[in-house]
Parts: sequence; C-alpha cells; structure tokens
Amino acid sequence: MNRDTRIAWINRLLLPLLNIITAFAVTAVVFWLIDVNPIEAAQVLLYGAFGYEEGIGYTIYYATNFIFTGLAVAVAFHAGLFNIGGEGQAYLGGLGAGLAILLLDPSLSAWVFIPASIIGALFFGGLWALIPAYLQAYRGSHIVITTIMFNFLAASLMVYIMVHVLRETGQMTPQSELFPTNAWMPFVHDVAAGFGYSIEASPLNMSVLLALVCAVLVWFFLWHTRWGYAIRATGKNGSAAVYSGIKPKRIIIVAMCISGALAGLVSVNELVGYQHRLIMDFHLGYGFGGIAVALMGRKHPIGIIMAAVLFGILYQGGAELAFEMSNISRDIVVVMQGLVILFCGALEYMYRPWLIRTLAPVKQAAASQEVATEVGA
Amino acid sequence: MKLNKITMAIAAAAVVLTASTVQAEIQPAVVYDKAGKFDKSFNEAVFNGIKRFTADTGISVREVEPTNEVQVEQGLKKLAKRGNSPIVGVGFNQANALSAAAQAYPNTQFTLIDMVVPEANVQNVVFRSQEGSFLVGALAAMKSQTGKVGFIGGIEIPLISVFGCGFEQGAKHINADIEVVYSFVGSTGAAFANPSKGGEIARSQYEAGADIIFAAAGSSGNGVIQAAADMGKLAIGVDSNQNYLQPGTVLTSMVKRVGEAAYQSYATAQNGTWKPGFVSMGLAEGGVDWALDEHNRSLVTADMEAQVNALKASIIAGDISVHDYMSDNTCNY
Amino acid sequence: MTMTDTFAIELIDIDKRFGAVHANNKVCLQVKQGNIHGIVGENGAGKSTLMSILYGFYQADAGQIKVLGQSHTFTDSHQAIAAGIGMVHQHFMLVENFTVLENVILGSEGGALLANGMAAARKELTRLADVYGLKVDLDATIDSLPVGLQQRVEILKALYKGAKILILDEPTGVLTPQETEELFRIFDALKQQGVTIMLITHKLREIISVTDQVSVMRAGQMVAHRDTCDTSREELAKLMVGRKVLLQVNKKAANVRAPLMKVKRLCVADDQGVMRLNDVSFELRAGEVLGVAGVSGNGQTQLLEALSGIINMTSGSVEVLGFTMDAKNPITPDKMRQIGLAHVPEDRHRMGLITHFSASESALLGYHTDPKINSGIWLNKNRVEDNCKALMSAFDVRPADPHLKSANFSGGNQQKLILAREMERNPDVLLIGQPTRGVDIGAIEFIHQRIIDMRDAGKAVLLVSVELDEIMSVSDRIIVLCDGQITGRIDASDADEKTLGMMMANALDPIDPLKTMDDQLASTQQASAQENQV
Repeated sequence: MNRDTRIAWINRLLLPLLNIITAFAVTAVVFWLIDVNPIEAAQVLLYGAFGYEEGIGYTIYYATNFIFTGLAVAVAFHAGLFNIGGEGQAYLGGLGAGLAILLLDPSLSAWVFIPASIIGALFFGGLWALIPAYLQAYRGSHIVITTIMFNFLAASLMVYIMVHVLRETGQMTPQSELFPTNAWMPFVHDVAAGFGYSIEASPLNMSVLLALVCAVLVWFFLWHTRWGYAIRATGKNGSAAVYSGIKPKRIIIVAMCISGALAGLVSVNELVGYQHRLIMDFHLGYGFGGIAVALMGRKHPIGIIMAAVLFGILYQGGAELAFEMSNISRDIVVVMQGLVILFCGALEYMYRPWLIRTLAPVKQAAASQEVATEVGA
Repeated sequence: MKLNKITMAIAAAAVVLTASTVQAEIQPAVVYDKAGKFDKSFNEAVFNGIKRFTADTGISVREVEPTNEVQVEQGLKKLAKRGNSPIVGVGFNQANALSAAAQAYPNTQFTLIDMVVPEANVQNVVFRSQEGSFLVGALAAMKSQTGKVGFIGGIEIPLISVFGCGFEQGAKHINADIEVVYSFVGSTGAAFANPSKGGEIARSQYEAGADIIFAAAGSSGNGVIQAAADMGKLAIGVDSNQNYLQPGTVLTSMVKRVGEAAYQSYATAQNGTWKPGFVSMGLAEGGVDWALDEHNRSLVTADMEAQVNALKASIIAGDISVHDYMSDNTCNY
Repeated sequence: MTMTDTFAIELIDIDKRFGAVHANNKVCLQVKQGNIHGIVGENGAGKSTLMSILYGFYQADAGQIKVLGQSHTFTDSHQAIAAGIGMVHQHFMLVENFTVLENVILGSEGGALLANGMAAARKELTRLADVYGLKVDLDATIDSLPVGLQQRVEILKALYKGAKILILDEPTGVLTPQETEELFRIFDALKQQGVTIMLITHKLREIISVTDQVSVMRAGQMVAHRDTCDTSREELAKLMVGRKVLLQVNKKAANVRAPLMKVKRLCVADDQGVMRLNDVSFELRAGEVLGVAGVSGNGQTQLLEALSGIINMTSGSVEVLGFTMDAKNPITPDKMRQIGLAHVPEDRHRMGLITHFSASESALLGYHTDPKINSGIWLNKNRVEDNCKALMSAFDVRPADPHLKSANFSGGNQQKLILAREMERNPDVLLIGQPTRGVDIGAIEFIHQRIIDMRDAGKAVLLVSVELDEIMSVSDRIIVLCDGQITGRIDASDADEKTLGMMMANALDPIDPLKTMDDQLASTQQASAQENQV
C-alpha cells in the first residue's frame, strides 16, 4: 500500500472512526459525572437504534433526512461554497412538495402525485438557494451570510403562508389539510407487506430509496461529468478554473441550486412520506446536521450515507435514551450529539498529523520531492 | 445547577417509586411540547400541575420531552404501548400525533390540552382565553391614562390572536375610543422564548404612547415586564400568575390554569370519572382568571376590582358574550 | 589567519531517508568561515533537505553537524538560530502590514513590554545597518517596500538574531539585475565582517561571480567540491545533471511572417482602479518568440491574463487570429482556446493545475468540455487517462502515472504536463509565463527547445519571464515592461543584461543601484504588494 493510499485510508476511515470514539469517550465521562452508567446507556442507545424493527425504521428514517442535507452541503462544498441554508431550503422544499400535492386533483394517482411532489420539493428548495447564489455571484454578498439569513426568511415566509394561506379551515395549528392518500409516499412496512414480509410499522418510507438514488447521482455528477469537473475545479482552485474558461458565477448558481434542491427533498421524506400534510418546523436541525454529516462523510456520497446513519442512530437512540433513562434529559442527548459534531466536524483533523506520522511516514520518491519543495519554498 | 436538578429528580423518583408501589392504579404520563418542560411558561405550568399531583398522590408521572415533530407521535405511542394511561399531550401542536396515537391505542386514555381532536378516547381541554383576556383588557382601559394600550403576542396565530381579540374587546367595552396596538415577537416557536426581543418591542410600544401592555408571548413576556419596570409603565402577565415578577409593575395576570387541566385529568382517571370528549375551561370553570394579590393590590383600586368582578360575573352569567377569534378567524365582535 | 582555517559549518556523513528515498546519502560539506559557499543541484537533488537538516527542520538519520567547531544536534530551528545560523527563505516570512522594526523583533520581542524591546531593537538594527550597509527605513511597512528591500529585512532579521552563518535559498529569483548586484555588494560587506554565507541557487552565472567555493549535489549525494576560480558554468551544469548540458539554446534564424496578434493601446486597471497596464501596444508575429522582460509585478501577469481573456481590459483592443477583443467585447478563455490561443500561466500552482486533482484531471484543465473525452453527459475516464498518458509521453513527464496527485510531481514535471497540455493541441498563438520557474536544468533545456520548435513551425509565441538569460536566449525580439508600460523594445541579438536591466528599471542613464531601488519604492508600492501575493 503506497503512502497516498494510506493517507486516503487515514482520511476516509481511521480519522472519522477515531473522532467518533473520542466523542463517545467524552460522552461516557459526562454520563459518569451525572451518575449514568455509560455502558448501560450505550446499550439502551444501540438497542433503541437497532434492537427492534421499529427502532431500525426510525434510525433509517432520520438517516434519510441527513443523506439529503449531507449531499446538499457536500455539493456546495465541492464548489467551494458553504451552504448553511439547508434548513431554509428544506423548509421551502416542503412548501413546493405540499403545493404540488394540494394544487393537484386529489383523484390523481400516486404515479402523478409522488413525482410531482419530488419536483416541487426540488424546485422550491433550489429556488431558495438560487437567490443567495445570485447575490454571491453577481452582487458579492457572502453566501454564508445570505444563506443563514434565508433560513430566517424561510421561517417567516412559511409562518405567513401556513397561518394565512394554507392553514386548514377550523384548525388552529398552522398546518395544511391532509394530503390525499394517493399522494403518500408508501411506507416501507406497507411495501414489505405487499411482498409478504411483515415488519413493524415505522415512519420509514420509500424516500430512503430516493436518497440512495440521489447519492449515486451526486457521485456520478461530481466525478463523471464535465459539470462536476467544473464544480470541483472551481472549489479546489478558483483561479485555475477561471483560467480554464470555467465561469465561476455560473458554477455558484448551478452548485447552489443543486444543493438547495437536494436539501428540499427532506420534505419528501418528512411530509410526503410521514406527516402527510404540510406542517411547521418539520425541517429543524436537519440542515445544520447536514453540515456535520458532509464533513464527517468527507464530502463523498458513501461517507455521507455512513455519517447519516450515525446521525440517525444518535437521533433515534438518543430519543430512546431520554425515554428509558429518567436521569438523562433530552438536553444530555443534545450534548452527546454536540460532542459528535464537535469531534467529527470542528476538530476533524485533530488526530491527522499524529496518524500520518505514525502510519504513513514520508516514503515515496515523489513525496519526498514534494516535501523538499515545501521546505525549499 | 443541572447536576443538582438531576440528583433531585433521582431522589424524587426514588421516593415516588416506593410510594407508588402502594397505590399504583394508574400509570399517568405526559408528552410536553418541543419547547420543553422548563420553558417558564406553558409547559412549566403543566409540569407544576404534575408535580403537585405526584406530591398529593405519590404517583409518579412518566415524562417525555420530544426534540422534533416525529418524536411527539413516537413518544405518545411508546407510552401507550408501555401501558401508560392517561397520557397528557401538551399544546395544540400535538393534535395530529395524538390523534394517530389515539387511533392506534383505542383503550388508552389521552388528554389533549388546548386543542380538539375528535377521537373516542381523547379528552380535549380547551381554554376560553378570550374571557380572561377580556377582563384584563377592561382593567387596562380603566387604568390607562394615555388612552392607548398594547398587545404583544408571540406569533400571529389564531391561538394567540384570541388573547389579543379578547383584550381589545374588554378595553373597548370600558372605553370605546381606546386605541389598542398589536405587535408580535416573531414568526417561529422561538418567539415565545425571546425576552430581549419582547423587551425591545415593548419599549417601542411604550415610546409610541401605550402605557399598559398585555403580553401573550411565553417567556418573551418577561422582557415586556422588565421593560415596563425600567420605563415606569405597566404590564400584564399571562398563563401563570406573574404579578410577583415585578411588584408594582405587573397590573395583573391573565391566568390560564393548564397545570390544573393535567392534574384533573390524572385525578379523574384515578377515581374513575375521566371522560373523553370536550372540556372547555373558562371563567366559570376556573380555567382562566385574572390575578389579584398582594403584589398588585396597590395598582388596582377597590372600584376597579368591583367593576372587573362585575364583568366576570356578567360573562359567567352569559350577559356579556366575548367573541372567540377562532370561531371565524376575525376579530369582528 | 586562523579564520579561514576554521570551518563555520562541517557536515559529516549526513544521511537522511524518507522511506525508500535516500534524500541525503552520506553527505559531507565543509564551509570555511567568512566564505561565500554556493550549493547547486537540480530540484530533488537534496539541497533543500540538507539545509532543512542544518536549520533544524529535519533530523538526520545519521551523521554529525558541527557549527564553528562545536557538535550540535538540532531538533528545531530555534536551536539552529541559537547556534548562530540564520536562514533567508525564497519566499519571505514577513508580516506585510507590520513595520520593518516590528517584523525584525517578531519572535524575539524581549519581555512583556513591547516598547522596551522596540527601543533596544532600533538601536541594534541601526548599528547592524551601518556595519553591513543594510540601509532600510525601520518604520516603513513591509508592503510599501520593493522586493529587494524586503529581502534586506530578512537578512537583518537573521543578523539581529545573532546569525554568524547565513543560508540564502534562491535569493535572486525575484530581483532585478541591479538589485541582485546590490545584494552581492551586501554579501561582500557581510563577508568582510566575518559572516559566512551559504548560497543555494540554480543560477550558475551568480555562483561563478560571487562565491568562493561551490559544492554540487546530485541525487542525494555530494558529487563535487570546487574552488570557484577553478570551475566553469559548463562544468557545474554537467556535474549537476550528470551529462553535458547545452546552456545556449540552439536555434536558427526566425522566419517571421504575418502578425497573429495585434495589441493596441491596451490598458488594464485592477479592482482598486490602479493602472496595471498602461497604453501597451505591440504585434506578435507568426514564426517569432517575443520576449517580455521585467521585474515581476510590473504588469506581466495582467498582460498574460488580459490577452488570454481571463481579465477584462479597461481600454484598447486586441486583434487575435481574426477576432477582435476590446473592453466591451471580451473573449472568454474557453473561446480563446477554441480559436487557437493557448496560455501557459505564470504560476502553475495558482492557475496552471489543480494540485489536489490527479494528473489526468489536471491535464484536462481548460479542455473538459472537449467532445473527444465526453460521451454524452459522461466524462469518459478512460479517454481522460489516455489523453494524459499521451501528453506525458510526448513531454516525458515522470512518473508517467495519470493517477498520481498533481501536487506529487516535481516542479519540472508539473510544468511539462502543463506545457504538454497547452502545446500538444497545436495552437497558433502561445502565451507562456515563466516557463522554467523552479524547473531543473535538464528540463529547462527541453522546454526551451519545445518553444523554439513551436516558433519554427510558424506559431507565434509570447514569452514572459523574469529570467533575463531565458529571455535573451529564447526570444527573437524583446519588449520590457516597467510599471505597466513598455519601457524598451530591442532585438534579442542587440540585448545584453545591462541594457535590459536599465530598461526594466526605466532608467535612462546608469545610476547608483541603491537609488534605483529607492525610486522604485515610490513607484512600485502596488507592484511589490502584488509580488508578494504571487
């Protein structure tokens, strides 16, 4: 195994693994401080996430959201853009999906409704990212600021729309009327039943397949098309991209629209797949979680899927933990999730120099020249 | 601090555990709103009612604090699956989830606070907030010297507009020319937990001439009360009796006894009188009220007190009918 | 005199391996005190590793380091500094918006109160400046100084920290000939005061003119030590490469034909509105190499970028290959490629390739939309690799591995890959910036020959370089840029270093080089700021 391969393995597998272990070790100390047996807690958490069919269903259900937002953040990252607006884009995606369903004739078949809702979510999520992208590309506003602002704008806009336009008559909860049953994304347990398998009911629905398809498409797009090449070139070296004739403004627009569209798909899982109506705040936490997932997954779809499952475990196992252990409040669960984000996101390279020194010391001819030039420079 | 709370909770749980082995006829539970049980407002009021129930009966109540929409239904169902009953759902947001859980577990008793779902095993407790708001509005109109009073809601949703509309009716009932200005703290649930923004909005209303503000905005209202104290104006509290927060500044509080609803639900289940259906709690049932205690005694003259109590009696008697904003989503009375 | 008999530096059997690579193989070196000692060698020969070991960045696997007769083991550079070694890096380690004084005391502030340290430092620096002739305004901010003066600050910094032995890594790469002369004058002053200087460079001309001894490294080994007076450039080049090297470019007379590019009154302003190119006009004809000389940062970057469509011009026009571009009608870089204009950018790391990408992906830069490598929406990986392999074999890029990360190639091989990419498509007009910067002697020969081949095939080549040797030997005609203006036009056959140097400084009559430098201080503030970014 040459040094490049070793470094790749360190970056892709060993490092995230060590980070997670550290996060859980610190969590264990926190648990121990509040008199919770960490081993017991770990058992409860893992049982909650994987111990029974319903738990697994919830875990994958949550993971589906994180795959969407993780991919969304990753696509923008590859273009060198930090899309913090996944929250708002997911929220607006919900509006798109909801409108697509509510405006169509309720008697239509699922074959119309579900693609329509997906397109609605893609379109609205993408649109919500297009505006900050335009502002960045042509007006020089920083995408981090604008996307964060657009999260607030999305929240305000949705409140207005939910309260004044879409609220079901006679309801005080700001929520739309129930989607027609033809418009529901089939539950996995129903589909399984159709094939003669009986599994426990859970919110897990066929959106998970959509998420996996998106992961494959993102992979193909980024690494096997000229547009993906242009996006990655821009992200890695903007000057070189300009030199090559790539138009960075266009890249900003394209990458952000794809990013926003992917984030918008959260609503397909949440609303079309489970809630079956447009509700408020269904998106909370997934957009930001997506950033951690994308970082932890090394911006690669396979890594993102793995990281998303980890976050699914944290969400579902964490809920189980708060439910089962009376002295673990939901705040402690948030602390645990925060530690994972801290060690896997913010401190992701903490162990890297050490790992590289011990496991992949400089070796190759080319590599030594690289070092020599570095030092010479 | 946190550790203390947790140790206390563990200790309490231990005590309760031994007690509950003696008379464990029911296994009550509660699912709070996403705001959490320590929100210093609505959920905490429920929590206080539950604490009181545990203290009175020695029966522990299983609590779930969901962090997202999905966990609400998950929590309700899981509690039902574990045999808990009755299960109290706090807040209008839980309607869908509670409805689904009630259908899945038809033998479990559910109580939903602040909202109605038409299921055979659900008790729906709603409060006629407009009645209490009417009273504090009337008092505000009597007390106001500028002829201008303010209303600050958390977010602009019907449930909150009910407060504002009742307040306006009460104020106009006393002084038809009085001006009522409306503001809302924000547009998301966070608007119910933003005291600094509440304070800012209150300041601008006071500066615009209002001298009394009624805040129906969760803990954002604390900022309103603080602003009133800072500027020498008056404020009206909400949900719990907040008169004590700034004695001499809080004119009164519109009390909404949500804790009582939870308490009653458990107590009736314990003695076998729990019934599904619709429970409306207004002035007559003691679900809402205005608060008069030593902290605001000096602000309310005997004459005012008499007038307000007369209005209360009229409302209870049906002589005054207070328009419910939610009946038609308008404030045309 | 015992002075010359004492060795300032003695390296005995220094051995360093990076895995399989023997970067330093039993290297021995003796540097006499008070001498100027040159070290030459190709990239990757082990010079940088050796100096890094001496300066404490790396530790040798075996061997001994003696400084002024004392044995030392350096585990970090602070220990090397304490032993009296100072290093001036190729890229300056200065904080741009700090003053000279602040930069010098950085890292040796002397106590918690800055003012005390500053006062003491000012006194000491004034003394050093007097003794060594290193005059510089201590209160000027770095970004207001021309490169030559910035380099002085680096030297002062080392001396201030008590350096008795100065290591300079490619110190003249960024200097005008006059500035270079001034630097060598400083070397003399330092030498007079007993300072030992180790000069690492690839410019054999400088080695010959300034050093007392020279050591040659090749493939990790010391292959020769010479007294400079006993050697020649040709011998040193041969020792470095291991074979005979042609230092002069072999070319026949140019067969110049019609102009392919007409640049008329070209002006380019930067974002701050500063004119970086001012009223530049010239013609580039088929069958010639037009050299653009100048100290870097005098508009060469803007010239290349404007002509290749990367940046927009402010006024003027460019006719190229039948198309006309002006401020209102820009031609984009991709369109330029389509009409037959190729561009090898000055800075290969910033523009020429994407160091994170594999070689095959870097070899695609600018051509990723080419239908030949796309099948529908699919970017055909096999074709991408085949393309890269073809380029690699045409230009002898090593290792010929399309999967290897671009960053892991040596500078010369990176440059060859870029040249291959731009030249193998047979463009009619080729813009080349600094084609041999940081490239080994062996590769330089190759690259120059390729450029001449292009010319002889009837193509038009615009060559921008700060290496006067290169400009003079490769070009047919030369224009000189200073402060964004053309300050000289000359046939290569008439050009010599002195004339070009004066054109580069825009000086009409020969004057004190130091004064030239001070003049520049006023006129090229912006240019030097830009310089540092590059």
